[in-house]
Amino acid sequence: MSPAKSRRKNLNAVRIVAAWAVGVAMFFPIFWMLLTSFKTELDAFSMPPRFAFRPTLENYEQILARANYMHYAWNSVATAGGATILGMLVAVPAAYAFAFHPTKRTRGTLLWMLSTKMLPGVGVLVPIYLIARDTNLLDSRTALVVIFALTNLPIMVWMIYTYFRDVPMDIVEAARMDGASTWEALRHVLLPVSRGGLASTALLCLILSWNESFWSLNLTTSNAAPLTALVASFSSPEGLFWAKLSAVSTLACAPILVLGWLSQKQLVRGLTFGAVK
Amino acid sequence: MSARKSKTHPERLLAQPAILMLFAWMIVPLLMTVYFSTQYFNLLYPKKSSFVGFENFVYFFTYPSFWTSVVNTILLVGSVLAITVVCGVLISVLVDQHFPGQGIVRMLLISPFFVMPTVAALAWKNLLMNPVSGFFAWVAQLFGLTPVNWFADWPLLSVIFVVAWEWLPFAILIFVTALQSMDREQKEAAQMDGARTWDVFWHLTVPHLRRPIAVVVMVEAIFLLNVFAEIFVTTNGGPGDATTNVPFVVYTQALLEFDVGAASAGGLVAVVLANIVAVFLIRLIGKTLTER
Repeated sequence: MSPAKSRRKNLNAVRIVAAWAVGVAMFFPIFWMLLTSFKTELDAFSMPPRFAFRPTLENYEQILARANYMHYAWNSVATAGGATILGMLVAVPAAYAFAFHPTKRTRGTLLWMLSTKMLPGVGVLVPIYLIARDTNLLDSRTALVVIFALTNLPIMVWMIYTYFRDVPMDIVEAARMDGASTWEALRHVLLPVSRGGLASTALLCLILSWNESFWSLNLTTSNAAPLTALVASFSSPEGLFWAKLSAVSTLACAPILVLGWLSQKQLVRGLTFGAVK
Repeated sequence: MSARKSKTHPERLLAQPAILMLFAWMIVPLLMTVYFSTQYFNLLYPKKSSFVGFENFVYFFTYPSFWTSVVNTILLVGSVLAITVVCGVLISVLVDQHFPGQGIVRMLLISPFFVMPTVAALAWKNLLMNPVSGFFAWVAQLFGLTPVNWFADWPLLSVIFVVAWEWLPFAILIFVTALQSMDREQKEAAQMDGARTWDVFWHLTVPHLRRPIAVVVMVEAIFLLNVFAEIFVTTNGGPGDATTNVPFVVYTQALLEFDVGAASAGGLVAVVLANIVAVFLIRLIGKTLTER
């Protein structure tokens, strides 16, 4: 083997080790949280940290029994799921109109929609809070569903629009020629061919809504509080139980992490508004 | 193509619900914010509201914590952008090759993005950065160093680390995707010609990533201008106002002091800050829309 070749090989080995090291380091906080969730509170605080310990499920048992975890989990499922369904119901028809019946104003309308995404939450915090208060929607799941759907709507319309744009116009037109109504063409032709794109749009909305923590912290207290708020309640000094914090955090993040892994490729498109594919 | 061009199409109405909803969501509250910002209006004394002109703005602009919050916002956004773009480019170039476990490494790298902000902040603050029992304290002791009391002595830096950890995966995800569309043959030809790794990186990779970098900077900036939960659960803006950013100062005025007028004025400042970024982003994305 020539020296240059063996040098290249060594360099490659270094790169592989470095890549793994960076990956492990990025994941470490999550791994450490997972590990801590199986420790006793005493082990969680021990210094030096314990790598070998007798794992226990008591934190999970206590979280499920005492912290009313299911109430918060249901709120997260209901608000994120509700927002996704509402968002899709509004976004799909809009994207359809923009992709297949564009006008001179379509481009401007799409960009304007995008610009609403850039409106900072604090810019409208006061009015939204007052409107919610006066309509008895403070601390209600309904308010969160509507707000999550609205904050994600621009991304969803854009993402679905980019998928629809890739569908050849001819298939839709052919269906119309055969006498299918708009609804039939949409349902039997367009939706099946763009199923993957629609699924990843819904998934992105679900992930973003699940993790949303500006409105969920400011507009809820207990009744509609989702998991983000439950975790936040562990920030008070008297509530600093690290093992339980870790257990509740693990439960709150695990489902979304798995969904994220499954949909990582499609997320790029949604998060960059189709500018990077 | 006739359907695309003809003028009257009932299908166009399908876009109306989305347009009307977003209009209501954006314009109505924004106008209310503008209106409130000219009022003396405190929720504790709702009867006493009156028109005060620009007084709320004057109050905000002469309020020392406000300027601290603007500086903190710029520091937070700027540092996180710098960290995520530089590290993001280096890491994505590092993993842009075939090696054993490539898929797993990528999954590990993007995972923090899916962790909810409250979890990320509390896990970092307690499990890692606690000066007595945190993991970093242990590592420091291994090397014979004094553990750093992160959130007490370096509060803003600590918040920056947490937020950078959350957003680095986003940058990596975008850059890795962009690198896959890079011309491999060009790169290999350059290497054949004896170009050094650095030259390939600087003259081929970086120019190729210019647009993804711009997208990452602007999309992240939109979200980073709104960082709230990470501060809310770790430092509550303190110590003093060391980690108070613009969203946090508005939240304090609105929901803790109940001063609707001042909070609205602050909210408008946040809107202006965000708009400066938004103008650039919209222009860039608008361009990609017409390119196809």
